[in-house]
Amino acid sequence: MLSISHINKTFDPGTASEKQALSDLSLEVADGDFINIIGANGAGKSTLFAAIAGDFMTDSGSIVLDGEDITFESDHKRARVIGRLFQDPMRGSAPGMTIEENLALAAGGGGWLSRISAKDKEIFRERLKRLNMGLEDRMQHEVGLLSGGQRQALALMMATFNPPKLLLLDEHTAALDPGTAEKVLSLTKEIVEGEGLTCLMITHNMHQALELGNRTLMMDNGRVIYDLSGEKRKGLSVEDLTALFKESTGRVFDNDRMLLS
Amino acid sequence: MSMLVSLVQTALELGLISSLTVLALFLSYSMLNVCDLSTDGCFTLGATVGAVVALSGHPYLSIIAAMTAGVISGFVTAILQTRLGVDSLLAGIVVNTGLYSVNIAVMGNASLLNLNRTDTVFSKAKEALAGTPLSGQYKLIIAAVAVIFTIAFLSLFLTTRLGLAIRATGDNPDMVRSSSVDPAFTTIVGLCVANAFTGLSGALLSQSQKSVNIDLGTGMVTIALASLLIGGVFAAKGSIAVRAMGAVAGAVVFRLVYTIALRFNMPAFMLKLVSSVIVVAAIAIPYMRSHYSNLYKRKQRV
Repeated sequence: MLSISHINKTFDPGTASEKQALSDLSLEVADGDFINIIGANGAGKSTLFAAIAGDFMTDSGSIVLDGEDITFESDHKRARVIGRLFQDPMRGSAPGMTIEENLALAAGGGGWLSRISAKDKEIFRERLKRLNMGLEDRMQHEVGLLSGGQRQALALMMATFNPPKLLLLDEHTAALDPGTAEKVLSLTKEIVEGEGLTCLMITHNMHQALELGNRTLMMDNGRVIYDLSGEKRKGLSVEDLTALFKESTGRVFDNDRMLLS
Repeated sequence: MSMLVSLVQTALELGLISSLTVLALFLSYSMLNVCDLSTDGCFTLGATVGAVVALSGHPYLSIIAAMTAGVISGFVTAILQTRLGVDSLLAGIVVNTGLYSVNIAVMGNASLLNLNRTDTVFSKAKEALAGTPLSGQYKLIIAAVAVIFTIAFLSLFLTTRLGLAIRATGDNPDMVRSSSVDPAFTTIVGLCVANAFTGLSGALLSQSQKSVNIDLGTGMVTIALASLLIGGVFAAKGSIAVRAMGAVAGAVVFRLVYTIALRFNMPAFMLKLVSSVIVVAAIAIPYMRSHYSNLYKRKQRV
């Protein structure tokens, strides 16, 4: 499904702040994989997502998604097949526009001059009902009036409105209060499993990283240092993970937001 | 009494004509979040192109030509900022400066054109309405038709998929990209449409006052911005049509206040200073209110 081979990215090359953010990173993702990514601060997790989504051009290597080489494709073209959520719930929707208008943009389809039809509204309403947040009765409200949790749930729905080939979740529940985070996470599971989406999720919750999905990647210094799946992953505890990290890097796992339990 | 009526009528005519530029800024400034500083030059461009085409004997074509010239001007401003890396404010300034030469060239190496004996949409309307009770209102009617057409167009256009993408570009460009739309494309389309109305506004003003000079558009961006911000007081929220009508009301109120001030012997040259002060006040007062009241409250809690 996704095949990343030998990508490199160095920010500010030749300056004092030069930083190699991705270092000869290769990764094969199979169709239907749900992969959790963990790593210390600055390990390159978000940079990897940015490289896949096309925020910048990688310095070398190639990225192939579903047989199509997207290495040189612009970000908005990649967005047709890649859905993405950020930690900040505000980034996924336009606050000055109504829920309905936001959904219409995410749904796409139709010509440039097409308008929101009664049928579209019916579909939006059905989809919003699944969120269980009462948003289906507030379709004419501006998105800026919603809470962070509601906006993130809406953003999740928008990113998966047309099932993407790949869904990138960058700590998308980290900025929410625990109750809302849990709700958005269970919605995520529901949608990813329901649609059989291929998904990469960065998380700071080690427990979650072992529980959810079928694979866990540990990143450090711009590369993948552990790729755990199947039997190897099954019996693993959070303590085992931190021990693995120390063994491989000689450092203590130091993500300031990392939840160890 | 009749003086008051003619005063209000003049303010309405001028207000409605300049409100087309306000509607252009409603699209570029309020929707796209681009402060288009090419507005002055584009306004004059609409006037000069419109005048030259009208002088060649095509009063109706002159309106279309003026709008097309506006589209081209907006296209250049947009390309500079989306594809050539020129900062958005600088792109407007550069185009505005370049348009000064273009406008003189359009007028045939002159800085003034006279339309006294030229057929324009206004003279045509005057002929058509001669002998009817509305004969004195031909300027007002043309201006009102143009404004109604523009508001109707905007409220239809901005609810299409393209229009939604244009509105989202000013609101959250990240979200536009993730909807697989290129924000550069929406910026280009938005500025082309906005400047078409700026060009229309310039053409109508010059044809209603039967002359064009090279300084016709000077300060227009500030005047229009002042009107837009006044309009925001009437209709900050609501549908596109309601907010657009608010912008038009802002333009009319601005003209009305200005016309009244003229009656009280304010010199005409003060118009631009007044518009500058209104823009600064409309932006600075809400800012100071929140900033200094927070500071004051904080100091109470030392």
